[in-house]
Amino acid sequence: MDRRAPVGIRFEAVTKLYGAVAALDCVSLEVAPGEFLTLLGPSGSGKTTLLMVLAGFTRPTSGRIVVGGEDVTRTPPHRRDFGVVFQSYALFPHMTVAQNVAYPLRMRGRPRAEMARRVAEALALVRLEGFGDRRPDQLSGGQKQRVALARAIVFEPRVLLMDEPLSALDKKLREAMQIEIRQLHERLGITTIYVTHDQREALTLSDRVAVIDGGRIRQLDPPRLLYEEPRSRFVAEFVGESTILPVERRNGALFCAGRPLRTTRPLPPGEPLHLVLRPERVRLATSPPAEPVNTLAGTLEDLVFQGESLLAEIRLEAGELLAVRLPTGAELSDSIRRGGTVWAWFAPEDAVLVSETG
Amino acid sequence: MASARARAGPDEPEAAALARDARRERRRALVLAAPALLLVGAVALLPTGWLFWLSVIEGESFSAAHYLRLIQVESYRRIFWTTFEIAAVVTILAALLGYPLAYWLSRLPERWANVGLVLVLVPFWTSLLVRTYAWLVLLQRRGLVNRALLDLGLIEEPLRLVHNWTGTVIGMLHILLPFLVLPAYASLRAIDPAYLAAAASLGASPVRAFWTVFFPLSLPGLLAGCLLVFVLALGFYVTPAILGGGRVLMVAMKVQENAGLYLDWGAASALAVVLLLATLAMFALLARLVPLERLLVSRS
Repeated sequence: MDRRAPVGIRFEAVTKLYGAVAALDCVSLEVAPGEFLTLLGPSGSGKTTLLMVLAGFTRPTSGRIVVGGEDVTRTPPHRRDFGVVFQSYALFPHMTVAQNVAYPLRMRGRPRAEMARRVAEALALVRLEGFGDRRPDQLSGGQKQRVALARAIVFEPRVLLMDEPLSALDKKLREAMQIEIRQLHERLGITTIYVTHDQREALTLSDRVAVIDGGRIRQLDPPRLLYEEPRSRFVAEFVGESTILPVERRNGALFCAGRPLRTTRPLPPGEPLHLVLRPERVRLATSPPAEPVNTLAGTLEDLVFQGESLLAEIRLEAGELLAVRLPTGAELSDSIRRGGTVWAWFAPEDAVLVSETG
Repeated sequence: MASARARAGPDEPEAAALARDARRERRRALVLAAPALLLVGAVALLPTGWLFWLSVIEGESFSAAHYLRLIQVESYRRIFWTTFEIAAVVTILAALLGYPLAYWLSRLPERWANVGLVLVLVPFWTSLLVRTYAWLVLLQRRGLVNRALLDLGLIEEPLRLVHNWTGTVIGMLHILLPFLVLPAYASLRAIDPAYLAAAASLGASPVRAFWTVFFPLSLPGLLAGCLLVFVLALGFYVTPAILGGGRVLMVAMKVQENAGLYLDWGAASALAVVLLLATLAMFALLARLVPLERLLVSRS
């Protein structure tokens, strides 16, 4: 399919109040043309409201939404020209797959021949050739998902919106669909806004991820930066696995669990400080290290085999639980025993510090 | 045989056992339903069978005389025509009035929709006879409706609103409307609002979204309501008797006349059997158009 030039999206101080509750609290956000941006947040964070406001299903209380240089804040949804993939797929049950996919073309009064050609192209794109005559209730979850996708892109919308489209699928299928969506986006280059509460999905798919909580964007960064440099405790906890430990500051020096802490990372403003440790960046030893810097001591509580890795849970002296991920077959993993004392060690570049508020 | 068993795989015994459990469960449910089934059998099926028996007996022998008369005598043909015509007109008017009401109720927040449904049901608390007489009072020559229209200067002469076909239709429509609104409401309420949102996002204006998506999805509920109204209307007796003023003869009235006045149970039974078969035929026809279980049990 020949595509139109992708458009950018700009949210300008968008607020949505439900009574006294702000579902969106003055959100400003710029999405580049052709970008794949994910809105990531727990349920009730406002991410779906942001998508609904963008799709035009609900009006913001204040603020503006500009798409391709045009203010669409008051444009009704059927004139916005956005493809939307719904969490429930919302395939029309009284129409066949082909009729579903043709629906947006029919609404635009396209000639019959063009409709047939484009429906065939769209179904081929989602690898569902030959499914045109089926009814939605004859499809599996993954197939429904692909029909919904075909229907949302067949009319070459300016923007593609997806609201937790994979949440109803099982894990394997979800991961396969993530790759398909990623590839489809690369091929079509359409500006895409994707909503999910699954942080792994967000990291897999996106050019950038906006972490949303309490109706505000807490951090907006590419996946790698988001994971490696969380700017608040909330983001550190929400994105990826981590152990968060309190940090003390005494006479300008940093201490964690009573031992000196050294980091090459910038110190965030604000107090109190927390140390964020990713489980795969922590190493274990069965004997005390020569230097106490960046070490933690504790008792091995549990060691769980998870296929590609082993997850060790260590009860630190102060009572916190530290998660450490070890590669399966690592030399050390045979020698550590449940109930034994172990020492954890991490590099200064892996010692990420965040403050409570961020 | 052996290969078939091999294909069925190790799940086969488990599937058989599960099916056996399901059968046992069904038998238990049947025991629970037995009183109701016995009652229906004794009170409905037996008399119906007897009715059928009477309709094919003339004197001491089998005879089709009662049925032949229904075809040959012109007044019987007219009665059937009137009955079906009134039932059809009432059904169409009920759909035209009831669907928008059901639609509006289905869009309300649940609390207000429930209030609305109670209001729809309020007429059921009054006896059908009382409601019918109330219409007589309202619609008569010097009744409230004619008086209001005269005072407003909309008409010069009082309209003939009652003791005729019009009065019968108005009265029946009022009584039967809830039977359309309730199933229609249930099916409209069950439609996922995401369908309309999807239609809008795909470029359908609200009006087109309604006609291309919402209306087709609500059709089973609407048809269920229509069927209910039509079938109930076919058997109406009191309302046409009072509001029709003797000018509107429907099948049920003729049944009563044959049985009560002329003591001709054969003729009455034949009429009743034809009406029953016509009703069943309507069900069968609709069952072909819409799956019946979806019609009576609303699912999304």
